[in-house]
Amino acid sequence: MKRVILTLIFLIPNISVASGGVQLQHANNDIRDKGSLQQGAKLFVNYCIGCHTAKYMRYQRIGKDLGLTNAELQDNLMFSAEKVGETLDIAMDKDDAKKWFGVNPPDLSVIARARGTDWLYTYLLSFYLDPSRPNGINNLVFKDVGMPHVLWERQGWQKLVDNKLELVNKEDEAKAKQYRQDVRNLVNFLDYVGEPAKVARYDLGWKVIFYLAIFFIFAYALKKEYWRDIH
Amino acid sequence: MTDNVVEDNSRRRFLVAATSVVGAIGAGFVAVPFLTSFSPSAKAQAAGAPVEVDISKIEEGQRLTVEWRGKPIWIVKRSEQALQELSSLNGKLRDPNSEVISQQPDYAKNAERSIKPEYLVLIGICTHLGCSPSYVEADNPIGSTIDPDWKGGFFCPCHGSKFDLAGRVYQSVPAPTNLVVPPYTYLSDTRILIGATA
Amino acid sequence: MNKMLDWVDSRFPLMSLWNEHLAKYYAPKNFNFWYYFGSLALLVLILQIVTGIFLTMNYKPDAELAFGSVEYIMRDVNYGWLIRYMHAVGASFFFVVVYLHMFRGLMYGSYRKPRELVWLIGMFIYVCLMAEAFLGYLLPWGQMSYWGAQVIISLFGAIPYVGEDLALWIRGDYVIADATLNRFFAFHVILVPLILLVLVVLHIIALHEVGSNNPDGVEIKKNKDPKTGIPVDGIPFHPYYSVKDIVGVTVFLMLFAGVIFYAPEFGGYFIEANNFFPADPLKTPEHIAPLWYFTPFYAILRAIPDKLMGVMAMGAAIVILFALPWLDRSPVKSIRYKGWIYKFALTLFVISFFGLCYLGMVGPTPVKTLLAQIFSFIYFAFFLLMPWYSTIDKTKPVPERVTD
Repeated sequence: MKRVILTLIFLIPNISVASGGVQLQHANNDIRDKGSLQQGAKLFVNYCIGCHTAKYMRYQRIGKDLGLTNAELQDNLMFSAEKVGETLDIAMDKDDAKKWFGVNPPDLSVIARARGTDWLYTYLLSFYLDPSRPNGINNLVFKDVGMPHVLWERQGWQKLVDNKLELVNKEDEAKAKQYRQDVRNLVNFLDYVGEPAKVARYDLGWKVIFYLAIFFIFAYALKKEYWRDIH
Repeated sequence: MTDNVVEDNSRRRFLVAATSVVGAIGAGFVAVPFLTSFSPSAKAQAAGAPVEVDISKIEEGQRLTVEWRGKPIWIVKRSEQALQELSSLNGKLRDPNSEVISQQPDYAKNAERSIKPEYLVLIGICTHLGCSPSYVEADNPIGSTIDPDWKGGFFCPCHGSKFDLAGRVYQSVPAPTNLVVPPYTYLSDTRILIGATA
Repeated sequence: MNKMLDWVDSRFPLMSLWNEHLAKYYAPKNFNFWYYFGSLALLVLILQIVTGIFLTMNYKPDAELAFGSVEYIMRDVNYGWLIRYMHAVGASFFFVVVYLHMFRGLMYGSYRKPRELVWLIGMFIYVCLMAEAFLGYLLPWGQMSYWGAQVIISLFGAIPYVGEDLALWIRGDYVIADATLNRFFAFHVILVPLILLVLVVLHIIALHEVGSNNPDGVEIKKNKDPKTGIPVDGIPFHPYYSVKDIVGVTVFLMLFAGVIFYAPEFGGYFIEANNFFPADPLKTPEHIAPLWYFTPFYAILRAIPDKLMGVMAMGAAIVILFALPWLDRSPVKSIRYKGWIYKFALTLFVISFFGLCYLGMVGPTPVKTLLAQIFSFIYFAFFLLMPWYSTIDKTKPVPERVTD
């Protein structure tokens, strides 16, 4: 019996997403930081939507939420779409993708909700050179990943030494530091895209609870008043 | 518990009223998300966004039909003659001077009901019961069966409403008002944007 | 106003219904915290129906479109996200409330004579609710929706001779497919809610026929005022319990809103991260577990190393709850007057229920499977040994009147 209780205590529920046994780093992103979201959006349209889509997300919504005018939206983010009402939904041919990467690049609309921001953050930081792979690339978090390290120019290559990642060229140190910020911005944007209404949700929530607290005062006073008959 | 110990009746009445009022306010707020969820979604709004049309290819007397918010939009290039004949019809029309303000934007409240006189832009839906009238040119033999003095215009097959080449409704037909001119603006000499005002 | 009421009343028993169920329904005056959950369950039912109706206006029960239509609701429909979260979080809250409601019955013997039917109807409601939740969980058409349904329907395959054909018939295809989604949708939005509503009405009619139990387990109808015929320990449900329940509802809504607005996924317990991957019939997620309210039964299923026996044990774990009114032979109803044996047994039962709930969520290991077996054993022993331990348990005398 004692053992059972002890075991129970140590089995604290943990249903986090699988990460290949790697300790995930915290993304520490802030979906209220519009500057960061704009940077992330820029990276996203420049590097990601060549292969990926975010087909449930509309440019117009991004513009509205990130504080961009339609003109800014069209000049900075809309390279593959004409109308602001369109979704981020043009990608490469599915058969081509399968041929080149072995998999279909997934739609990224809700990837931050499926994988978690910490996973995405760590994943984007964990590419390394691996000569044993056909494309020469591997990833600590996502073993034998099909996706190439499209952002390598911004980071510099890494290699695996004693299961730890190290830069191949030490000069890339400064670049790599900036890259962490880039990735944070990108993950921030993906977090936002995963649930564009999140900020509205946070902002509405306390008002609802505040109203209920007010109502509670009246309801409680009313109950007290009636129950004086009984007590 | 007995029924007659209600000493402080006014306090009780006040609390019932106050709780009801605060509760009703809350219920009102709860209704908001449900009711607004009925309004056009972002998708519907995106699909109903303004439409750009190239009008350079339209020949005189010809009609181009495009779709905006799921409705047919007609663009007719009128001839000089047709424009001059418009005023001669005034006596037969119900609202020759476009007095009903809901039927056109301010910039189309003129004799031709358009920004540039030759190009007529209309929502092709009869103001009677929503059928789409047909375009009957002045030289179309059917014209004389509609009106002995037919100068070209639109005829609704559903209930026989007649409109002239400015979309103005004839007298003694079922349609109550002129055809609607949608908001539109010229992006250039040959391109117009339907659904937006400059 | 009064004239109108009279007009209606001479054609429809409005006043008598009002009196019978609210104004002159005499409930014991000593209801405690545990008695909030009945009205809360009703509230959540209504919330689920209303939000559900609004969701069907934009949801598309089509394997190609379902996942996208949920995202459409979350993004493009005005306040769609709020309605969807209310519904998804509401499902979990429904079970929280219903489990607490059932536990109340367990503590105070609310299933005992003369309330056997109230309990039985309640159990049918519970089973319907599980069906409703299971059917609804397929609709977002994510990976967990898909594979969860695949696993549960495969359980029917364990039935000898007809099992595989039955599973095929239920799915309407060789795997979970568009046909399955369509019929689940029909059941989820029409059939099961209809049955639920009828059962809830029956539950309340049956309850109001025999009268509510209370934390003392004293029958208030045995002690009536000789002049008025009203139970001396009874108070009219309206206004006393209606105003009290409004307070409970408000507190409940604050908690509900807290979760909806600040933790709708509830760390993956209410909305699973894996369900944000669209259903993929070719790729099973590494770890499949039902949502938390099913995991106790799922753990029992997995604890038994034989497919058919596992399914039977899982079914038995639910069926045995129906028999509860006839398993309890204690001379008293309420835990307040029962002896230490029952208190001990109930504590063990609660621990094993939570234990199974947890074990059903995590992947099996030999130790965890052993634990699940121990907890399953306790779960069944609680019920099966009840006729014995409830008779030898030393009870305290029950007072004549309810205590405050």
